[in-house]
Parts: sequence; structure tokens; C-alpha cells
Amino acid sequence: MAAKKLGLKQRYALMTRGLDWETTYQPMDEVFPFDKFEGIKITDWSKWEDPFRLTMDNYWKFQAEKERKLYAVLDSFAQNNGQMGVSDAKYVNAIKLFLTGVSPLEYQAHRGFAHAGRHLRGVGPRVAAQMQSLDELRHVQTQVHTISQYNKYFDGFAEFRHMHDRVWYLSVPKSFFDDARSAGPFEYMVAIGFAFEYVLTNLLFVPFMSGAAYNGDMATVTFGFSAQSDESRHMTLGIEVIKFLLEQHPDNLPIVQKWVDKWFWRGHRVLGLVAMMMDYMLPKKVMSWKEAWEIYFTEAGGALFQDLERYGLRVPKYADVATAEAEHMSHQNWSIFYQYTHAAGFHTWLPSDEEMDWLSEKYPNTFDKYYRPRYEMWREMEKDGKRFYNNALPQLCTTCQIPMGYTEPGDPTTIAFRSSEYKGDRYHFCSDGCKDIFDNEPEKFSQSWLPVHQIFQGNCGGATVPDVLAWYNMNVGADNMDQAGSPDQKIWDAWKTKQEKVAG
Amino acid sequence: MVQIASITFQNTDEARPIIEAVKADNPGLRVMDMPGAVKLDRDDSIVIRRESVEERIGRDWDPQELHLVLVSMAGNVDEDDDTFTLSWSHA
Ligand SMILES: [Fe+2]
Ligand SMILES: [Fe+2]
Ligand SMILES: [Zn+2]
Repeated sequence: MAAKKLGLKQRYALMTRGLDWETTYQPMDEVFPFDKFEGIKITDWSKWEDPFRLTMDNYWKFQAEKERKLYAVLDSFAQNNGQMGVSDAKYVNAIKLFLTGVSPLEYQAHRGFAHAGRHLRGVGPRVAAQMQSLDELRHVQTQVHTISQYNKYFDGFAEFRHMHDRVWYLSVPKSFFDDARSAGPFEYMVAIGFAFEYVLTNLLFVPFMSGAAYNGDMATVTFGFSAQSDESRHMTLGIEVIKFLLEQHPDNLPIVQKWVDKWFWRGHRVLGLVAMMMDYMLPKKVMSWKEAWEIYFTEAGGALFQDLERYGLRVPKYADVATAEAEHMSHQNWSIFYQYTHAAGFHTWLPSDEEMDWLSEKYPNTFDKYYRPRYEMWREMEKDGKRFYNNALPQLCTTCQIPMGYTEPGDPTTIAFRSSEYKGDRYHFCSDGCKDIFDNEPEKFSQSWLPVHQIFQGNCGGATVPDVLAWYNMNVGADNMDQAGSPDQKIWDAWKTKQEKVAG
Repeated sequence: MVQIASITFQNTDEARPIIEAVKADNPGLRVMDMPGAVKLDRDDSIVIRRESVEERIGRDWDPQELHLVLVSMAGNVDEDDDTFTLSWSHA
């Protein structure tokens, strides 16, 4: 008689449990040296429940299928010159920001989960962290492959890896992950698994990929959704980490709460780049940053934190401030990049009348009052041949590393400044959220690699802007400056003229 | 405050029968169409049934095949051989 087929739950238990053993040559604490110093108390690792009961054999099967589909699309995208079919040449700048700012984070996530998968003592989370580590490696590889097609025709892509480690605004996402990866394994899991993957990742990927679809970028949509199909598993791992830690011991709650507060705020700051991309960089816009925030933080985050209340976990500190900032963040960020276009690895422009009307409609409380007048003034200056460049190096927030251009909560005409003293030095912050993070870990954050400080200390190629840009490997006059007059725009215009001729 | 369970699929030929099954099995479902993706929302819970999907595609279907077309979701996951459930309630 044939054996009865096992149910999914039994199969999963058999395939994932009992894979580990108690070490005898070395004490367990020496084999797993990092899972105690953070103060997290685990009494029973076997209580770990992975809600996606995905076994390794199915994992390989599904991932192979995803790759086959993705590479079929990439192949036809290249064959059919898909780069010519996007909505507008400006769109390509969003992809530059993605490759230089986000793709290297996928690699960091790969490294981080490999580390967590090695150093967590329980077999359940180790298997899950191992799968995620492989996913993240796949993400960076597929993104580099996909975007390489754009690199054949457009500037700003070629030095993405070199730039990620050096360019001033790229230190914002880079330092975010450096911070997570230099923390203990539990903080890493809460930072990336929970705060980033569960609470915030939708804000990055869903509007971004939907935006790519809307702007005719078939290749990016495909890698985006292919990566995103792993994301549900990552989100589930993130929430499982939180529940597991909170169920294991009541002493874990204050530690976890502090991490949730910290990583929510850090994530919110990094996502300012996405806010700007959605509101300013997509020629055809899908939804505003504010709308995305309402759907993915207010609504989805609301349900989540309501669910976690039973453990005593509360909504992250300053969530209300972040929600209020959704009215301002994209405008303030785009303004920073417009002023520093000479030092940025993508092109900038002023919004057209049509785009400004869209922004007024999406931001009725703030756009016409605070931001339209600024753009109109800059437009006048451009007409008079006096395009505005900010030639001073900005003061940076020690925590998030963003130039100090954000305004006071409730007072959008006053720049917010906070500061703390540590061992006789004064450190500056853009917000209460960033100041709190520093005050909790001053020894760590006082060592931040701040791009402007490094320039002034002579560590970035020299004392002048051209020296620093050379050190960035920036192709000056091609990678940087306005979209209008760029080589990107020229090649695009040439394609379009040719297409019109063919069409008669 | 009512907690919304949510699932987002790619808008592809492979996902469409699953989306149709979810629509049929979850009264009160709200559908949000985005370029390239479809977000399905419902108060408290959403269920996907193997049988309903199989009826539409005419072959055996393993609920884990969801992994191929899933974009995002909200709610606690419970998965077995016949159903995939997202919900905020605690039994
Ligand atoms: Fe990823
Ligand atoms: Fe991920
Ligand atoms: Zn800051």
C-alpha cells in the first residue's frame, strides 16, 4: 500500500526541523557568539513558526521559474530596443537613482541575511534568513543585468558601484544599511526584516514598479515584480521576528520598541528619495507620495500596529511627524537636488506647468503656498540666464546624512536644527527623530562617515568641486547637470526625430 | 478601526484566474487597479481556495504557486494544502 501523502504542515516540519545539533567540541555560546549581547532573551527557539511553509526544494523550483520568465523579458527588451519606448528621456533618471542608490542595498541585504542566518541559534530563522540572503543576491544581479541595457545609451549608470561608496547623497542609503549590518543579528532582523521589509518596502517597490509599468519600462517592471514576489516572504519573516521576540520574554519589549522607533525613522528618511522620484521624476505619474503614504503606512501600518498592540508594542515614535512630512518631503528633496545638480549623478529639471498643476491637486495644503513660488522664481532666473546653483557645501544631519534642508514640524518656512554634545564635540540633526537615534548610540554615530566632513578633511580627492567630482568618477557634463542640453536628451531627441521620419 | 487584509498580484495572464477566484470567494472585496498590478482589499480577512483556482485554470494547482505572481500583502498568513489565508483575527 502506498504511503499517504503528507500534509503541507507535516512536510514542512520534517524538512526544516531537526537539521541542527547541540555542539560538543565547542560550547554553543562560542559557536553562536553574537546572539546574546543585545540583551534579547530567547527561551525556546523551537517556538519559531514560519507561516510560509516553503521548503528548500520548492524554493529552488519557484526561483528558477521566476528567473526564466525574467530573462525572457530582458532578452526581448534588448532585442526590441525597449529603451526607446519609455515615456520620456527624463524617466531614465529614476532608474539611475535606483541603480546607484537601491541595488547596492540589495547586495548589503544579501550579506546581512547571510550573517543573520549564520549567527541565529534557531534552525527556523536560519533557514528563512538563508533563503532571503539568496533572494537578495538574485535581486542585485537581476537589477544590474536589466539596467545594463540603459547603460549602453545613457549616462550616469556606468560607475554605480564606485559612486555608491562615495557620492554625497548615496551615503544616505549606504549608511542606513551599514548601520543595520554593524548591529547585532536581532537588531538587523528588526531593522531590515521588520521595519524595512514589512512596514516600508511597499512604498519603495509597489509605486516604483507600477511607475515603471506606466512609463513603458518593461524591463524594470519585470525585475521589480520578480524581486517583489520574494518580498511577501520577506515581509512575513519580518513580522514573525517581531512576534517571536515579543512572545519569548517580556524583557524583549523595550529593546524591540527602541529598534522599531529607530528603524522606522531611518527608513522614512531614506524613502525621501522615493518620494521625490514619484512626485518629480516619473513623467507619467502613478500616485503621489502622500497617497502612497496613506495607503501603505497609514492604512496598512495602522492595521499592523493595531495587531501588535496585544504584545504592548506601540506605533513607532514620530509616526505622526512622518505623516505630516508627507506633505513636504518630495518638494524639499527635489529642491535640494535642483540646487546641487552639478554634483549629482542624474539630471534635474523644473516641473512643467502641467506637472505643477498635478502637484497642486495632490498637495492642496502645501504646494501652491510654499513650493510653486520657489519653482516659478527659479524658472525666471533660468530665463534670465541665472540658473541657481548652490555652491556651498551643505551641513549634513549626522544620523540620516541628508543635507539640513527639512523644515520644522508645523512651520514649513523655518529650517529645523537640532544638536547634541558628545565628548566635547557638537553634532547636528535634521529632526527630533534623528537626534534621538544619535543620543541612544552616540559612540556609534559619532563615527559616521559624513561626505561633507570628509571633503573638508581632505579625504575626497581635493578641495574643489571638480576634484571631488573626479574622485566620484563622475563624467562631468554628461552624468550631472540639467536634463535640458544633456547628451541623454540629445540621443533621445535624435531617436524621436528618426521615428517621426519613419512614420512619415 | 477596521483592519484591512490585502493582497497584491501582478496583472498577468497567470495571475488573472487567481484574482478571479479571490473576487468570487471574498464578498465585499475592493479592487484597486494599478499599472502592472492589482491590489485586493477586504476588511479583516482574504482567503484563496485551491479548488476555486483549479476550476478556472483546469489543472491541479498548488497554493504555493502564488509565490510566482505575488507582489505584496497585509495580514497574518496561514497556509495549508487547500487554502491560503490572510487575516487579522486571532483564533
Ligand atoms: Fe531585495
Ligand atoms: Fe527583500
Ligand atoms: Zn536626519
